[in-house]
Amino acid sequence: MIRDITIGQYLPGDSVLHRLDARMKTALTFLFVIMIFFCKNFLSLGLVAVFTLLLTVLSKVPFRMMIKSLKPIFIILVFTAVLNILYTGGGRELFGFWKISITDKGLYTAGFMVIRIICLITGSSLLTYTTTPTHLTDAIERLLSPLKLFKIQVNTLAMMMTLALRFIPTLIEEIDRIMNAQKARGADLESGGVIKRAKALIPILIPLFISAFRRAYELAFAMECRCYHGGDGRTRMKQMKLSARDFAAAFCVALLFGGIIFLNYKFKALI
Amino acid sequence: MHENIIEIKNAAFFYDSETANAEAVIKNISLSVKRGSFVAVLGHNGSGKSTLAKLCNAILVPQEGKVFVNGMDTSDSSLTFEIRRAVGMVFQNPDNQIVATVVEDDVAFGPENLGVEPKEIRRRVDSALRSVGMYDFRGFPPHNLSGGQKQRVAIAGIIAMRTECIVLDEPTAMLDPKGRVEVMKTVKSLNRELGITVVFITHFMDEAAQADRIIVMDDGGIILDGTPKEVFSNKDTLRESGLDVPVAAEFADMLISEGIDLPKGILTADECVEAVADAAKKRGLI
Repeated sequence: MIRDITIGQYLPGDSVLHRLDARMKTALTFLFVIMIFFCKNFLSLGLVAVFTLLLTVLSKVPFRMMIKSLKPIFIILVFTAVLNILYTGGGRELFGFWKISITDKGLYTAGFMVIRIICLITGSSLLTYTTTPTHLTDAIERLLSPLKLFKIQVNTLAMMMTLALRFIPTLIEEIDRIMNAQKARGADLESGGVIKRAKALIPILIPLFISAFRRAYELAFAMECRCYHGGDGRTRMKQMKLSARDFAAAFCVALLFGGIIFLNYKFKALI
Repeated sequence: MHENIIEIKNAAFFYDSETANAEAVIKNISLSVKRGSFVAVLGHNGSGKSTLAKLCNAILVPQEGKVFVNGMDTSDSSLTFEIRRAVGMVFQNPDNQIVATVVEDDVAFGPENLGVEPKEIRRRVDSALRSVGMYDFRGFPPHNLSGGQKQRVAIAGIIAMRTECIVLDEPTAMLDPKGRVEVMKTVKSLNRELGITVVFITHFMDEAAQADRIIVMDDGGIILDGTPKEVFSNKDTLRESGLDVPVAAEFADMLISEGIDLPKGILTADECVEAVADAAKKRGLI
């Protein structure tokens, strides 16, 4: 069962979104998230929602998968909605009972917040659904490279991310092996209360840590043997190239931004 | 151009040199490896063979004596980069030497560190993957490969750096028989076709028998050094240090002692089969 975990959430495909340059995609997703918070009324938020829907269709990611990515935040959505309904002051009272009063403004705000969060999660999931972890790491390394000016070792950070991704499957296999070994010696991992089960994890975690340290030690040797000496003077085999497609995508996002500003300005703000 | 790519002169090495009674892991070894040769280092666990390997590309520096790679002294840390560029190393555990999530990215790691031009890296990666027979797997994530395949990727990662010599530290110890054959075949073809010098550390007799020269180590020293035929004729010395001769050689010896007329110096199963067939023909059995 433990092997079912996938690294990241990448869904192989060949859509327009898949083919976009990872740097552009990451930067635009970041902008998109900021823009969501610029929306002041239902019209501009509606525009964002339509745009998100359009992207989902373009990405050819099955709707089933999108729903799946929303599942973990379902409770947060309900919680946000309830709080907003109960605590938004002002507006016309629709229903009053004891100290609770539900107003039309409360309902509007709740709806607004829920749509906003759904757009946020869907938009950012699309990035991880359509970009391989390798490309994502490369993109982050290159987008953060201006930080080199402040003596932050971006290359080292990216190397750490790559190594972490590389070793996830190896360590998962290792956990499997250790669990089987401990079960063979009579370890009981499945019964008892929370504390008992947490305690049962100790004989799994200790060997795992020891082996991880040993692996790290050997890996460091192997990397030194291959002349690794940090980021200075390092070149990359895979060069990233921006194409017309990427600029078209940037233009679409710019249009969306213009649309949001226009609708915010033209119509009354809700919040 | 130095004729000997690796030259070890009276080297001794101690782990934990602060303790007074530290025993030397390498005791006063002198050794030279000729360019283009295929040398196997044999020895049982704790004979110091892995330590010897680590002396060859400046991972470890001997406390006494010197090690030269292409004439460069390994104790000079300003030369370390150049030394590792000349002598690459493949380790025992295939999982702990692969750094990237995609095969071709891993092979590119070495050349990237050397600052090679991107287009040239692409060329080197493709040719390195072809020469180890892993080109069709270039887009694979390494954890989906078998042990033998991972080890071949690790070898490709070294030859993409255009090293002149590869030191392999028990590369087959963690592999299944099929993987061992794959790796051995790859290493032999690199030596023959690309002229890469190979130092192959192992405790499998039949693997060592395929080299041009065998060095047998015991207790931090060299006890035998010569061609496979010369080395495996010293059966008693080998047994004393806890090693055996290859099964085919053992079998041929038993037949000879039973009075069957076989040539001396049989090492591989194929040689043995041919010699037995010849002997059978001579006796008119087939």
